[in-house]
Amino acid sequence: MKTSYVETVLAIIGKDLRIELRSRELISVMAVFALLSILVFSFALELDRAAREEVVGGVLWVTLIFASLLGLNRSLAQEYDQGNLDALLLTPTPRSAIFIGKFAGNALFTGLVGLLLLPLMTALYGMNLLDGRLIATALVGVFGFCAVGTLLATMTAQTRAREALLPIAMLPLALPFLLTAVRATKGILTGAAEWQVWFQLLAGITVIYFVLCLLLYGYVVEE
Amino acid sequence: MTNPLVEFYSFMTFFAGLRESETTLTIELESKPMPPLLRALTVATVLGFAATLYLGLFAAGTDIQQGDIQRIFYIHMPSFFGAFTAFGLTVLGGVLALARDSDKWDKIALAGVEVGFAFALINLLTGAIWARPIWNTWWTWDPRLTSAAVMCLTYAAYLMLRAGIEDANRRRAFMSVYGIFAFVTVLITLFIIRIVPETIHPVIVGASPQNAQGSFEATSGVILALVPSMVLWLTLMPITLIWHRYRLEERREGLDRLKLKALSD
Repeated sequence: MKTSYVETVLAIIGKDLRIELRSRELISVMAVFALLSILVFSFALELDRAAREEVVGGVLWVTLIFASLLGLNRSLAQEYDQGNLDALLLTPTPRSAIFIGKFAGNALFTGLVGLLLLPLMTALYGMNLLDGRLIATALVGVFGFCAVGTLLATMTAQTRAREALLPIAMLPLALPFLLTAVRATKGILTGAAEWQVWFQLLAGITVIYFVLCLLLYGYVVEE
Repeated sequence: MTNPLVEFYSFMTFFAGLRESETTLTIELESKPMPPLLRALTVATVLGFAATLYLGLFAAGTDIQQGDIQRIFYIHMPSFFGAFTAFGLTVLGGVLALARDSDKWDKIALAGVEVGFAFALINLLTGAIWARPIWNTWWTWDPRLTSAAVMCLTYAAYLMLRAGIEDANRRRAFMSVYGIFAFVTVLITLFIIRIVPETIHPVIVGASPQNAQGSFEATSGVILALVPSMVLWLTLMPITLIWHRYRLEERREGLDRLKLKALSD
């Protein structure tokens, strides 16, 4: 019996979800980190009303990217440490299916943290972040940098200094997402019409990065 | 010159058997002669660099508003495009290294990163030196300056990541992929002043952003000094340096092989 592509992807996502449901390791670490980061930012920047409008987009996105780094490191490290990736590679699984599976899990967890952050920041910063456009921006942005993150974490998980190398490798490459997403967020919050331009740019970059990751993933898992 | 006394002493002790004779392990590092084309390219690059320096520093007229500091532009902008070519070769090297499992192209990709990184640093430094009198600051968090700095950091990350991977095949695959991705930051730096309007960085070719500080007109005199410099930095300079760096990498690998051989003997 041959497993179809979709079934393979779903099996990988299902495996990650089961691990997460039983251990609650990733989500709890990421959520606590995100919460702490928001508090730290609000103390460090001594945010008053006017300043908050300026920086809230930056705080949101920096927090999300750092939180995703934590999750990505764990998610790919456990594949290598327990030999699961090697086992997957022995089966005739398309490499892109492995990528989509791992990516979907990571994007899901980071997306959940993002969805948690929005109401939390709405309450703590006294600004309405629960906007349909903002949620869409958050989801597209998370989708994009989790794609790059999954690819890079797969690479760094195979090096010696893995925890240290992922941020160094990923932050510069995540910058296009940060730049456009922060601009779009700010545009939405201040009611500027230009947010659409930034959102389109963000979506465009996301598509380009995702396709590149999909094409190149095979090279970083193959021996 | 050695001290005759010391020489005499070592001579005597040697004969007295007090000093052991030195065993020297002679090992030959295989070296390929420099190809004539590379020799020609090197000469052309050096001469071309001297010529463009003359054009920029002496032949071109002094800017009325900025004075002599404006001449740094004849290095500043070309060096970015030199980095562009070098990083572009890294992408090409990465694609071909992946497609053909070729170590040769991987070495070219590495050489491209190092040469491009050096050019990008020249670009940042000359920019800072120019900005000091014109913008009254060495550095400002302008979108383009920021993206140029991020570009440098991306390639610094390339070198760090590369140093962290021991297995040669894995390193080739990973760094090819990373080199292709890193090019996105080069494109962002190039196009950011068209995307983000509130930059103070001037655009010389085409219309400057309205906030640009320290712009000057591309008169025929500027063009005359700029175009040769651009051509040199876009083509001869990166290609010659990358070729030299490639040969250096080959020799370094030869040395590693020799070390292994000497250890196993």
